[in-house]
Amino acid sequence: MTTVQVSFTPLPAHVRTARLIAVAVARRSGVDESLLDEVRLAVGEACSRAVEAHREQYPGEPVRVAFDSHDGRFEIEVANAGLVAPSGSGPASDPVAGAAAAPGFSLAVIAGLADDVRISESPAGTRVTMSWPLSGSLAAGSPA
Amino acid sequence: MELKLDHYNKDGIEIVDVGGEIDVYTAPRLRELLIELVTQGHYRLVVNMEKVEFLDSTGLGVLVGGLKRVRAHDGSLDLVCTQERILKIFRITGLTKVFGIYETVDKAIEERKSER
Repeated sequence: MTTVQVSFTPLPAHVRTARLIAVAVARRSGVDESLLDEVRLAVGEACSRAVEAHREQYPGEPVRVAFDSHDGRFEIEVANAGLVAPSGSGPASDPVAGAAAAPGFSLAVIAGLADDVRISESPAGTRVTMSWPLSGSLAAGSPA
Repeated sequence: MELKLDHYNKDGIEIVDVGGEIDVYTAPRLRELLIELVTQGHYRLVVNMEKVEFLDSTGLGVLVGGLKRVRAHDGSLDLVCTQERILKIFRITGLTKVFGIYETVDKAIEERKSER
């Protein structure tokens, strides 16, 4: 089992740091190399959404990211206080007309990349949970 | 890697060379450059993404915003990209149908010149 937790001030500059950590932990946990680009992008998208939500509503609250592996899967949870702004028209309608619809693109990208995505929203905040399969030997607990 | 931006004119089309990472932190710089070029009267743009190492949805939003601006002047914004990991993001979001995506800058220019 791998458990790493990171929290960072909601600034765009720190999203890159979160991406780098995500790839490092995913690789160490046994996620296949071919999936690491997807992990990097999906975490970046989720953290960008969280930073956006915090900057508008809770600039003093950190964004929290947790990495865990269990039951043969590598799981990432990105949690923010408050709700992320509505996604506007999103990519499914008219992307040119909805040029400012980055949040809509963000969800589309996450859903297209992660094997399994869950989004839970409550008055306390939003949690985006994503997971990918671990490769066989490491998933079974062998040393890396 | 930080975002690297450069631009030059070729055959009346403004080529924007982009390198490095386009994300929530760096995308505003690309947005500012595209707005500046359109303000200067450049309505035919080709964004060369061959040296882009990372692109997220914020970057997509900036490119779509640029496309919207040039289209308001009957212009065009095409992309040059052959990297599969970047193209995948365009496919996921359905934006391959919105942008002209070419293998080289010269092919993008040829296509636009043939329309004139």
